Amino acid sequence: MQLAVWTYEGPPHVGAMRVATAMEKLHYVLHAPQGDTYADLLFTMIERRQRRPPVTYTTFEARDLGKDTAQLFQDAAHEAVKRFSPQAIIVGASCTAELIQDDPAGLAEAMGLPVPAIALELPSYQRKENWGAAETFYQIVRTLADTSVVREPREGRKARANILGPTALGFRHRDDLVEIRKILDRLGVEVNLVAPLGATPQDIGRIGAADFNIVLYPEIADEAARWLERHFAQPAVRTVPIGVGATRSFIAEVAELAGADPTPALGDTSSRMPWWSRSVDSTYLTGKRVFIFGDATHAVAAARIAREELGFEVCGLGCYNREFARAVRAEAARCGVEPLITDDHLAVEDAIAAACPELVLGTQMERHIAKRLGLPCAVISAPVHVQDFPARHSPQMGFEGANVIFDTWVHPLVMGLEEHLLTMFREDFEFADEHGPSHLAAHAPRAMARTVTPDAHEPLAPAETAPEAAPAAPETIAAPGAPVWTAEAERELKKIPFFVRGKARRNTEKFAALEGRSAIDLETLYDAKAHYAR
Amino acid sequence: MLRERGQREVFCGLTGIIWLHRKMQDAFFLVVGSRTCAHLLQSAAGVMIFAEPRFATAIMEERDLAGMADAQDELERVVNRLLDRRPDIRTLFLVGSCPSEVIKLDLTKAAQRLGAVHMPRVRILNYSGSGIETTFTQGEDACLAALVPVMPALPAGSPKELLIVGSLPDIVEDQFLRLFAQMGIERVGCLPARNARDLPAVGPDTRYLLAQPFLGATAMALDGRGARRLDALFPFGAEGTASWLSAAATEFGVDTGLFERIIAPGRERARIALSKLRPQLEGKRISFLPDSQLEVPLARFLQDELGMQLVEVGTPYLHRAHLARELERLGPQVRLSEGQHVERQLDRVRADRPDITVCGLGLANPLEAEGFTTKWAIELVFSPIHGFDQAADLAELFARPLRRRDMLEV
Repeated sequence: MQLAVWTYEGPPHVGAMRVATAMEKLHYVLHAPQGDTYADLLFTMIERRQRRPPVTYTTFEARDLGKDTAQLFQDAAHEAVKRFSPQAIIVGASCTAELIQDDPAGLAEAMGLPVPAIALELPSYQRKENWGAAETFYQIVRTLADTSVVREPREGRKARANILGPTALGFRHRDDLVEIRKILDRLGVEVNLVAPLGATPQDIGRIGAADFNIVLYPEIADEAARWLERHFAQPAVRTVPIGVGATRSFIAEVAELAGADPTPALGDTSSRMPWWSRSVDSTYLTGKRVFIFGDATHAVAAARIAREELGFEVCGLGCYNREFARAVRAEAARCGVEPLITDDHLAVEDAIAAACPELVLGTQMERHIAKRLGLPCAVISAPVHVQDFPARHSPQMGFEGANVIFDTWVHPLVMGLEEHLLTMFREDFEFADEHGPSHLAAHAPRAMARTVTPDAHEPLAPAETAPEAAPAAPETIAAPGAPVWTAEAERELKKIPFFVRGKARRNTEKFAALEGRSAIDLETLYDAKAHYAR
Repeated sequence: MLRERGQREVFCGLTGIIWLHRKMQDAFFLVVGSRTCAHLLQSAAGVMIFAEPRFATAIMEERDLAGMADAQDELERVVNRLLDRRPDIRTLFLVGSCPSEVIKLDLTKAAQRLGAVHMPRVRILNYSGSGIETTFTQGEDACLAALVPVMPALPAGSPKELLIVGSLPDIVEDQFLRLFAQMGIERVGCLPARNARDLPAVGPDTRYLLAQPFLGATAMALDGRGARRLDALFPFGAEGTASWLSAAATEFGVDTGLFERIIAPGRERARIALSKLRPQLEGKRISFLPDSQLEVPLARFLQDELGMQLVEVGTPYLHRAHLARELERLGPQVRLSEGQHVERQLDRVRADRPDITVCGLGLANPLEAEGFTTKWAIELVFSPIHGFDQAADLAELFARPLRRRDMLEV
């Protein structure tokens, strides 16, 4: 048993729901107890969908268990097919139905339904949401792809691609798709099919007509793309175009497979990010310590942007989906940090506290961790809450995605000029720490921390702080043997602007420990400063 | 009266944890279940999940399903770890879920065994919040019913005591306690108590008032210990609250004149406040889809005190004895339904075209997109709505979506 308050991923049948909800004219008959319909509201509330997810639940109860839950399943399937007239159905069990061992696959087959019934085996006690989505999409493709499709010769026609991976409840999938279509348009590539988002089962039939596949979200589409590679000899583009550099590589790869000229797409001038990043106001971004956590795809893309396009220092990198951890390990090696592969949010919280970042990039969960630690944060990956399904166009991919990312990540940081002023006038009461950055008045963390504990001056937990220590008063806890600050040094430390103070404290303590000094006085503080100068 | 079977678009009883853990501040709720259960709690709890909540899930994995003895050991390990981390916990509820019920993991035995180890510091109890046995608010019923056996005994022949049963927001509970004190009813306990280790006593001299309509099992457990239920309307609106208070006043021999004097200011305030909202709601047609069992008393309030027309009143479960007085008030033209076949019920909503439909969040936006005005039902469980001074707040919950519909010009 695993003790959990928060889970980064839902159970695998929620992944299957994400695929079913993304598609049209497909229906999911889910053998599940009363109550599992809670998952509907993820789609109707978080993503604000205007229709109910196309899912029929058997909603069995205790009194049904002695009787025929199998009959209940067949009745539900019959009724769903009659009422919704789907082109195909998918059938499966949720975690509880898995235990009662009715066999939805066998039952559906025995019914002789007028439409294909695709059976899903989703092991709820081993696997999770992303795996469920990938497996569902793979089974749908495998069952419905028309294997007799033969591609016409390339002469005299445009190259054709499938865009694979966007689903319901995907982080910015809607807008990413717009950007990818724009790029393909510039390259003169025709879109044969987008799936699962917006595709019908009949559409899936002609998936083999494309010359190649674009795997937008490997977590969901990689499995299916590998099958397509084997059965239709369709190569796949696996570069995820998040960031300017990645977008350029993506364009080059697609152009190569399509036999197209990449120049017009590469020459797209809508990309403002490179100039914004070069402008002098961004100089203060240099070497900012950033901690990155999310799904593997978004975390790796974010690390590359942080390093190569914004000049940050990546001080932590990790993902919650073990299945794709290899890419994270490779990128972590490039960043020179230990990869953090875990789905335990408490481990993530500890790692963030220990790394003392100046910016956290993560999921909804990291947003709350950062808020607790008083750190700036931006969201880069699911799971996300309702505000990250925005009304405005807000892609992560392509050149417009890079613009969005620049604004989103830099916004929580203090802008260069403001940071300069705060440093220059730090003795001025109007620029006192507790005022916080001007653009974050609504949730200036320091002011809030003060009202809770009057003497909590320091939002960053020192690296040595025990994880179970109350985050509101980190200063009162010192690890045994940790050097003690003299009052004078402590006062001096407080003159350092709050947004770099955590780093200064950490560095000084590390330096003192290294030097074997038991007390930190002014001398030690400035010796450490010199030691870590860069 | 319609009784239906089919797909039910409702929460399971685990959801009750979301408000119960706020009420009982020394209690922790450990669900023994699957990743789905953890996901449900996190979806339902929204942002609350980050404020060191006093609930969690012990997620069963493949190896726990292999053999029973193993699962019991695993549970013990998780409980020990949890109690080490949270020394402030004094009552721990092991909450059963569908998976734990289906594999027949014996949580009663686990609670007894672990309870013996951790007493007196921590009392360990268990109940089931599984979807196969409980619907939404029935989770609270199961939890309170588990508390009844550990309430101290009130020996026969003690002075009569009053017990308010059902978790109420603190502000509402305080209002009721003040009113009873003014009437001279001094011995008043609450179930659940704010501190789960500080339970009121119960015995043959206990008279209890149900503050919520979904407490069938708890009432039975209290009856089993000799307590007697006072029959009344549920305390929604001016009339419901007056009836509810009056049931206690009569039982405890409060002078009628005194009773009237004490409740007059509150009832008057409620009437004035409701009269302002009445024009917005009068004559409007309303349908309830089943959710919390609050539907019948709320429908009675909206009909009698605000002049709304009831089209269909759906409830997941109808306790005929507890709701007898409420049901008398509903006219014969009202379509009552118990249970659910969600597709057929939505067909009826489409045919009826009510002005406002009360339903869960899985259905609310899809119905809005079809042009129906909705009120999401869960808010009725989380907001203070009982008593005189909340009567208008309750009415406002229904008036607001209608007003908004009229305001928007896009």
